[in-house]
This record gives sequence, structure tokens and C-alpha cells, in this order.
Amino acid sequence: MNTDHIVSSFDNALNKNESLILEMGGQVEQQLALATRALQKEDAKLSKKVVTNHNRISAIEAEINASAIQLLALRHPVAVDLRNVVMSLRIAGHLERIGQYTKNMARRTHTITKADAFTGSIDTLARMSDLVQSMIRSALDAYNNRDVEIAEDVRGEDESVDQMHNTLFRELLTYMMEDPRNISGSMHLLFIAKNIERMGDHTAEIAQEVIFMVTGNWPTDKRAKGDKTSRMIFSPEDLDIRPDTKDQG
Amino acid sequence: MVMGSIMKIQKETAEPANLSLASSGILSAQNVDVFYGDQQAINNVSFEIPENQITALIGPSGCGKSTILRCFNRMNDTIDICKVTGDIRFAGQNIYDPKVDVVALRARIGMVFQKANPFPKSIFENVAYGPRIHGLASSKDHLEEIVISSLKRAGLYKEVADRLQESGTGLSGGQQQRLCIARAIAVDPQVILMDEPCSSLDPIATAIIEELMESMKQNYTIVIVTHSMQQAARISQKTAFFHLGDLVEFGDTEAIFTNPIQTRTQNYISGRIG
Repeated sequence: MNTDHIVSSFDNALNKNESLILEMGGQVEQQLALATRALQKEDAKLSKKVVTNHNRISAIEAEINASAIQLLALRHPVAVDLRNVVMSLRIAGHLERIGQYTKNMARRTHTITKADAFTGSIDTLARMSDLVQSMIRSALDAYNNRDVEIAEDVRGEDESVDQMHNTLFRELLTYMMEDPRNISGSMHLLFIAKNIERMGDHTAEIAQEVIFMVTGNWPTDKRAKGDKTSRMIFSPEDLDIRPDTKDQG
Repeated sequence: MVMGSIMKIQKETAEPANLSLASSGILSAQNVDVFYGDQQAINNVSFEIPENQITALIGPSGCGKSTILRCFNRMNDTIDICKVTGDIRFAGQNIYDPKVDVVALRARIGMVFQKANPFPKSIFENVAYGPRIHGLASSKDHLEEIVISSLKRAGLYKEVADRLQESGTGLSGGQQQRLCIARAIAVDPQVILMDEPCSSLDPIATAIIEELMESMKQNYTIVIVTHSMQQAARISQKTAFFHLGDLVEFGDTEAIFTNPIQTRTQNYISGRIG
């Protein structure tokens, strides 16, 4: 809807709310990029910075909540304006969750870096994170431009994130079975992988909310989901691991 | 509720039950045009008002919402230059049929106006007036019964029980409006048309009338013209949006206020056009 409201302060309040969402989304995306770099470079200092930065994201979320409640109370929005305000609350909630997962990722990076623990599959994790960052960017573009087509693409991309998570699950399990000394680091990396997988889910939800905001209808087709880790179980033979028997006997 | 005849002479062959099957609503408008002289106020409007529900007519000033409301009980007959064409039916009967008794029609389809207009008579007489001229009361006791039950249905009785002989014009604005509702109810209508009944009332008096309308819809079909979109959203089940004499959109109130189909509706309800 391009037409302005008769009461311009209503438009100002809606625009402010929208800018806050975009600002929050931008910060979340940047945080994930920094957390990923910290993991790749084993940079404890940078990972600590990501943890502290999260406060800013929480503060913007609080601002969005206050501004949306004010809009509901004072402007009584209807139709597209109502969907816009209610969806801003939900989108801010998802962005905050993504921020929390990033913070947790940075914390774990800090722990494994400081302990000089085992790391593996970092490239796959970085690729997974890149994909989620690009999904967040696209979801925000879709929100900003009211673009249903881009939002649909974002929903579809989440399946690739799930598939990467399946691969990581298998790889990290292999490291753990190969050598128990890998377990501690691998466990942290597995949680990081799970965090990124959840970020993908939240981003796909944002895309869904953009579709509702624009069209007034929720997508009826089920989003393709590819995360199979909850049904996976492996024996060393499945993973083609021969236990090292040299030290035994 | 059994519908009384609005015909001057009951046609023996008429089968009202079959006639009412012709449309899904108790009131229906088909291809209605209304002109004030050369000026067309309503352009080819068709819609059905469902029974025992509240239908809100909304739209900016001059959009024709009051004009169409007034067509439903032929109030436009009183305006010389007003010409109504098309088909308007009440329970299947064409209300513009020359055989229709307009006085009987207006008893079946009552009206409450923007400004409360009690007669300069006692509270009792305001309500007793209609049943008396329509010969609805068989005795003095029966008349009193009708007056009291009408005042009760209009949610006013408790406030005026001990002063029924006092003047109706001495009541507060909100009470006067409920007195007018009681007066409309007293002749046992099926439909009540309301033309901005709360526009001069404070929020408390408005809330009382809205609560009353909610309870009245079990027994009556209510059509309300309102400038307050919040009021339409709060009380009605169906909403019709008029703009420049066109019926732009008609549908479930919930859908109109969350996801309207027409851009004109969206622009109006969200405050983008006046």
C-alpha cells in the first residue's frame, strides 16, 4: 500500500517501527558474520565482542515492542496496517532468537578456543552460516520491499540448511567415534551447528510472516524440511571407523 | 417471529414462505439506483442483509450509506425529488409494490435516528404511542405490559421505572436514544434501522447502546449506519463499505477489517482516504 495516511503522524509511527525491524535485522546478520569469523579464525576476543554486542539487539527488540503496543493503543490499525504491526512483533521475536543463538555460538567458540579443544568441519559450518546470513538478508529485503516472491525463495532455502546440518551431524559423530579426545570440542561444534539450523528455521518463519503481512493469507503449502538428525543413529561400522586396537592388550 | 403483512390487501394466492426463499437475507437490494433530482446518489447496488445479525454500513460522508438505509423502510418517499429504482425486498416482498402499506412497513422495519427525537410527552406515552395507533394492545393492562417489556428490552426500564409519567425529553442523551429504541421495539418490528445512533453520545452511553444491540440481535435484524469504523468492527457481523454511491465491498466484518479485498476499502478503513 503506497498511499499515505491522512494523519501523517500515523505514517511516521509505522515507518519508525519498520526502520527498527530493519536495523535489528541488520545487526543480527552482522553478529552472525562476526561469530562465524571468530570461529574460523579461532578469535576469542572477537567471540567475546559478539556476546556483548547482543545487548544492542535486545534493546532494539524492546523498542519495537513498545512502539508496536503504542501503535495498537493509539492508532487502532486495521487491515494491512494491523498485519504490519502484529507481524513486526513476531518478526522482532524471531530476530531476537536468532541473536540469542548467535550469542551462544560465540560463547562456545570462546570456550573451545581458550581450551584449544578439537575443531573440525569448520568450513561446512561457515558455509551453513553464510547461507543463513544470505537468507536473513533476503527476508529483510522481502520485508522492506513487500516482496512475496523473495519471501517464498527464503522459505525454500531452509531445506539446504537442514541438509548441511545432517552432514555435520554425521561428520562430528565420526570425529567423536574416532577419538574420545575429540568429543568435548565436537559437542560444542554440534551445538553450534544446531544453533545455525534453528536460525534457518526462524528466518523461514520471518519469510512466512512477510507473506502474511503482504497478502493477508498464510502460505498453505508445507515448508520443505530436511533436518533428519532426530532420526539418525550410527554404529562405527556405518561410519566406516576401525577402532584403533594398537594400545589394547 | 411471525411476520405480519405489510400489504394493504392480502393477496390470497401469495405464498410468503416461497417468496422468502427467493433471497438469503431478510432484506435484499437488487440493482438499486437512487437519484436526488439529476444527481445519482446510489449506483446499481445489490446486497442481502442477513436475519438476526448486525450489518454495518460504512463510508465517507456523502457516499450514500444513509440513502440506502432509508430505502429499506421507504423513508425516502418523504423527499419529493428522490427517485428509487431497482428491487428492494423485505422477506421476499417488494416493498415498493404500490399495494404496500407504508405505515405497516415502517412498523415492521423501525428506525432510530442520529439525534434522539422523543415526543414531548411522558416516557410512558412515548412508548405507548406506536402500539396504540397500530391497535396492538387489547386493553390498558396489555398496553402497560408492552410499554414495560419494550423499556426492559431497550435496557432503560430500571432507570425510569419510578418516573414513567415524567417527560421523555428530560432524560439524558443516551437515555433518550434508548427511549427511541424502546419506541421502535414497542410495535414489534423485525428489523431496526439505525442511522448513526451513537454519534452524539459519550463513550459510556455508546457502550450501553452497543451492549443493547448485541443482546437485541437474537430477536431483531439490525442495520446500522456508522461513521465510527471501530464501532462497526466492534458490533457488526457484516460490513458494507460504500464510496461515491457504489457498494465497494460487502462481507464478514472480520475479513473487511483484517484483509479487505478492494483497495478502496483498505484505503478508507485504514485512514488513507476520507
